[in-house]
Amino acid sequence: MSLSTLTIHEAAAGLRAKKFSSVELTKACLERIKKLEPTVKAFTLVTEETALEQARQADKTLNPQPSTPNHLHGIPVALKDVFCTEGIRTTACSNILKNFVPPYDATAVKRLKAVGMVLLGKTNTDEFTCGASTETSCFGTSKNPWDPARTPGGSSGGSAAAVASDECIYALGTDTGGSIRQPAAYCGITGLKVTYGRVSRFGVISMASSLDTIGPMAKDVEDAAIIMNVIAGHDEYDSTTPEVKVPDYTESLQAKDLKGLRIGLPKEYFIPGMDPEVEAFVRQAVEQLKKLGATVREISLPHSKYGLAVYYVLCPSEVSANMARYDGIRYGPGPSKEGEDLYEYYLNSRGEGFGDEMKRRIMIGTYALSSGYYDAYYLKAQKVRTLVKRDFEKAFKEVDVIVTPTTPATAFKIGENSADPVKMYLEDIFTVSVNIAGMPALAIPCGISKAGLPIGMQIIGPQFEEPRLLKVGAAFQRVTDWHKKKPMQIPTPS
Amino acid sequence: MKLTKQQVEHVAKLARLGLSEKEVEKFQIQLSGILDYVEQLNEVDTEGVEPTAQVTGLTNVTREDKVKTHVLAKPEKLIECSPMPIEKNQIKVKSVF
Repeated sequence: MSLSTLTIHEAAAGLRAKKFSSVELTKACLERIKKLEPTVKAFTLVTEETALEQARQADKTLNPQPSTPNHLHGIPVALKDVFCTEGIRTTACSNILKNFVPPYDATAVKRLKAVGMVLLGKTNTDEFTCGASTETSCFGTSKNPWDPARTPGGSSGGSAAAVASDECIYALGTDTGGSIRQPAAYCGITGLKVTYGRVSRFGVISMASSLDTIGPMAKDVEDAAIIMNVIAGHDEYDSTTPEVKVPDYTESLQAKDLKGLRIGLPKEYFIPGMDPEVEAFVRQAVEQLKKLGATVREISLPHSKYGLAVYYVLCPSEVSANMARYDGIRYGPGPSKEGEDLYEYYLNSRGEGFGDEMKRRIMIGTYALSSGYYDAYYLKAQKVRTLVKRDFEKAFKEVDVIVTPTTPATAFKIGENSADPVKMYLEDIFTVSVNIAGMPALAIPCGISKAGLPIGMQIIGPQFEEPRLLKVGAAFQRVTDWHKKKPMQIPTPS
Repeated sequence: MKLTKQQVEHVAKLARLGLSEKEVEKFQIQLSGILDYVEQLNEVDTEGVEPTAQVTGLTNVTREDKVKTHVLAKPEKLIECSPMPIEKNQIKVKSVF
């Protein structure tokens, strides 16, 4: 079996015991990438030379008995193509940034570098992370390793596909409305959407600034905790990262059972019309959690049904503001025709550079924020946001975590939702309210459908209670093996 | 909410997006669909509800008004990202008129 199938904790143990080197581990990932990329298309850029150089360095500097554990040392990672990487092309999968080479690293990247990062490359995303399938990427769509006719989900679909197909050991993604959790569910991996502000967003290309979060995409919960130990915490360059103490996330993994844990099942998340197989597997997982000692009750999050509508006002509004900086002047290739004056230059730059979904969001946002409409749209949505958040706060007085399906169905076929933007937006129906309320949520695999596609569940907690979610996830993964299931055989072109 | 062609053109102008005739027609239908969808927010009674912009309760995060001597990237490196001509460490843009 290829070394690339290892988890972080397995690979780190192997490196320390000198069973293999970081160079060997990295080469295994690169070979896997060469073999599978023609089918999976998870990467927008493979940084083979950088990876091997970083691996050689990691081998030189490896401390087999460090005073504090450094599990990420020499472990190959894939980064969503919105993380600025110094000297390495970062595009947000948009034509407007297609040649952008950042002059500095994102804080998360800097922190990974400080612990011996080996960067395999950048992974595909919907343009500026706006989408649920990677289909809006200027590089074209990624494929689901479980069935290449289907989407890996999005927007962090490249990262999810790379982890699921063992092209890397772990990846980072971003989640604004479900962009870590939905692809994690569709690809059968573990993804953590953190509390808003828990991980610095500095140097990560923004989509909607009051909702964007950064988090791990990994092969199991233990790996997610290991990654969190490195990337979480206050950053002087991101003023939305509060000085809340960063715990040792791996400590919560040790719990033997879940005695005393109160689980809430929101009735609004088990709805007619959802895939019965998804519901059955999630309910079966809840039974498993009960066996571990948890108690379960039905709860209500009555404003959840407005979550998507809130999102599709707030998100495009913030997108329209964030996208204003892409004018073809400070970065990007610039327009093919410069035009007569600055105004025409802007029109050409932005008209050519942005794809359809970006144009839609920019225009919806511009409209919602324009004079005379602000109160009716943005302000109204912010008020309903308060009600969505209150629902969660009220629920967390009665329960410790909330469990829901991550998505109402399994991965859809590529192209199936592209014609109707609203249909694509519905992909985020179970994930989006969590972003609106700024809560953390863990997505883990909990079943495989008859058609052979992964099914995921979502565990939501109060703000900054990531350790509680990891504890539940780790306990579940100790008694189940859904997270160990791999796509049977990923077809490769002959 | 049905947007008119003129409204789409006006919004595109505000957003500095150059659109073809065909795009205007397509977006007129799609944007109207999205606005119809978000209209459901009007069902919610928000009388007396405060808006939420910042979810973790932070307000006015400030830092000392001091020039930092360490920089993440040299200014000339940042300016080099531009596709436009560079003169005297400045980006030369097209004229406004």
